[in-house]
Amino acid sequence: MVSSVKSSAGAGKSKTTKTKSSPQEIAIDALHVTKIYRGDTDVLALDDVSVQIRKNEFFTLLGPSGCGKTTLLRLIAGFEHPTAGMITLEGEDISLLPPYQRPVNTVFQSYALFPHMSVAENIGFGLEMLGKPKSEIDRTVDNMLELVKMTELKNRQTSQISGGQQQRVALARALAPRPKVLLLDEPLSALDLKLRKQMQIELKRLQHETGITFVFVTHDQEEALTMSDRVAVMSEGNILQVGPPREIYDHPAERFVANFIGDTNFITAGLVSIGKSSAKVKLPSGKTVAAALPQGGISKSDAKGKVTVVIRPEHARIGKAASNSTLSGTLQNIVYIGTDTHYHLELPKGDIFIIRSQNQRDFEESHRVGKKYGIEIGPGAVQVLRD
Amino acid sequence: MSTDSHLIQASTSAETAQQNETRRHILLTTPALIVLFCAASGPLLIMAVYSFLSPGDYGGVQWSFSTDGWFGVFMQRDIFDDTLTIADAHVSILWRSVKLSLMTTIVCLIFGLPTAYFIATRPASSRNLWLFMVTIPFWTNLLIRTFAVMELIRNQGVINTALKSIGAIEEPIQIMFTDFAIMIGMTYVYLPLMVLPIYASMEKFDFRLVEAGYDLYASRWNVLKRIILPLVKPGIVAGSILVFIPSLGAYVTPRILGGGKNLMLGNFIALQFGQGRNWPLGAALSITLLVIVMVALLFYVRGVGKSGNAHG
Repeated sequence: MVSSVKSSAGAGKSKTTKTKSSPQEIAIDALHVTKIYRGDTDVLALDDVSVQIRKNEFFTLLGPSGCGKTTLLRLIAGFEHPTAGMITLEGEDISLLPPYQRPVNTVFQSYALFPHMSVAENIGFGLEMLGKPKSEIDRTVDNMLELVKMTELKNRQTSQISGGQQQRVALARALAPRPKVLLLDEPLSALDLKLRKQMQIELKRLQHETGITFVFVTHDQEEALTMSDRVAVMSEGNILQVGPPREIYDHPAERFVANFIGDTNFITAGLVSIGKSSAKVKLPSGKTVAAALPQGGISKSDAKGKVTVVIRPEHARIGKAASNSTLSGTLQNIVYIGTDTHYHLELPKGDIFIIRSQNQRDFEESHRVGKKYGIEIGPGAVQVLRD
Repeated sequence: MSTDSHLIQASTSAETAQQNETRRHILLTTPALIVLFCAASGPLLIMAVYSFLSPGDYGGVQWSFSTDGWFGVFMQRDIFDDTLTIADAHVSILWRSVKLSLMTTIVCLIFGLPTAYFIATRPASSRNLWLFMVTIPFWTNLLIRTFAVMELIRNQGVINTALKSIGAIEEPIQIMFTDFAIMIGMTYVYLPLMVLPIYASMEKFDFRLVEAGYDLYASRWNVLKRIILPLVKPGIVAGSILVFIPSLGAYVTPRILGGGKNLMLGNFIALQFGQGRNWPLGAALSITLLVIVMVALLFYVRGVGKSGNAHG
């Protein structure tokens, strides 16, 4: 019944939706979505955001609190309606449908389990509301309990199970009606670190087994990199970059993205020449190195000859001070953190450059604070930022 | 061996400590218990004793045992041949009291639930203002409020005058001195007692559960029925009890709005202590009222508990 409402509502609009990929592959398509919260002072939560989420992918919205990621999720769920723009689900406009008419389910940050119902009743609630027959509900609930490994706790009250178990029930409850898209609003943030790691793998497995599109919201960059097929990095109501975790990490396009995900060294360099996908930049040391350009490239004019390049700490190595070193600096600090050692080097201009080096067993620290060392940068480690 | 005796010693000393604790608790609660006895149990005991005495000639009681007071609750003695018959008037008063109190409770619930929901969903900053407005009627004397209701519904009152002036009616609608008038009055007077406990349980209600309900395909009606109502039920139960009990014993409202004909239990009891000069009957009626309330509560709480289990 729900889907029939949807298809009639979306049929008229589907032609206006022009997408690069074929419509079958796109689950959620947000087109120029703007959301303003009206109040004493209007808050611009989303500023003309367009993003496509593919079918059957694990898509993550990553950003600090207040960046608009949860707002985008709530717009997809139907708890809020866009101020401008349109959201389609498999080609059908769902912008104005109430949440109970969208084949989309949410795993809430607070889990929001119904405290007056048992675990099984919670999981079966969605199916019951859809008017499914009792036998089908029972069967699906049992399957779901098995899927999240909670079969023994079927008849418990939700107040009698632990946080991690509640998390699983919330997942099972949202998956039971087999939604086209599953929305997850920072569902792991209340769990302790060990359980969180376990659930990250579990979620990935569930996504794989069910074949449902997952849209995951988090502020935890490591979580995003671990689980996602693609990540959208958001800041101040905008999506800055969308791509697979590797691309986001290795080829950040903007300073915010580079800074938010992982540790980064920022260096101002002069642009020497610009090619199709790479450029030559002149580092402060005077050395010229090849650097990757961000997707979409940069235009030389708005860079005014100066660009910011980033080098990840683990892509550089500490070496002997030599005249042909790419960069060199004075060692200020050695930080041992078990798996790695961090070397903080002060560049001639006063900037700090961090090198991360993986520790070997019984490794003897031979570097001395206060001495001058060279910084060796691997090929392809330099990335030019757009701004 | 020695460790065993240590253990025993430890456990006995723990027991004495607990005994001391209990004794201290009893001592601390004694003043409160005395007040409770004097203020609640004492008068009740007096009532119970009076109901088994004979009426005095000018009110009060004569200290001679009699069960006439209790007979008088449902029976009456024929003045000519001393045969006992069921006192129809008493039964109809009782029935009217129960019926009107139930209806008042239901109407209060119908108005009180949405009101409480409305207040609970306001921003936290404005909730207190709304609550304050709900409680304002409490600041005024009950008598004055009841006269105000009378001013609205009497034949030359605001409602009838307004209806007449727009030509909706020719003759005024007779509301005063009917059961309906009593119900309007009691609903108005006791509505805050319904709103406040429901609000209290709604305030604790996690409204994210409503979103979860919508997300799981529940319509507005289903969200209300399956999620909100079961979780605010304690407030509804408390509110219903708080409205039903004073309604059953109401005195002022039926006295003014019901006129002399439509007596409720409260008026009937008052009558026995006043013009009726039959204190034992009054006392017996009071205890009957108490028993009705207790039995009604017992059934209500039981019934609600059961339906709660069916849900959970």
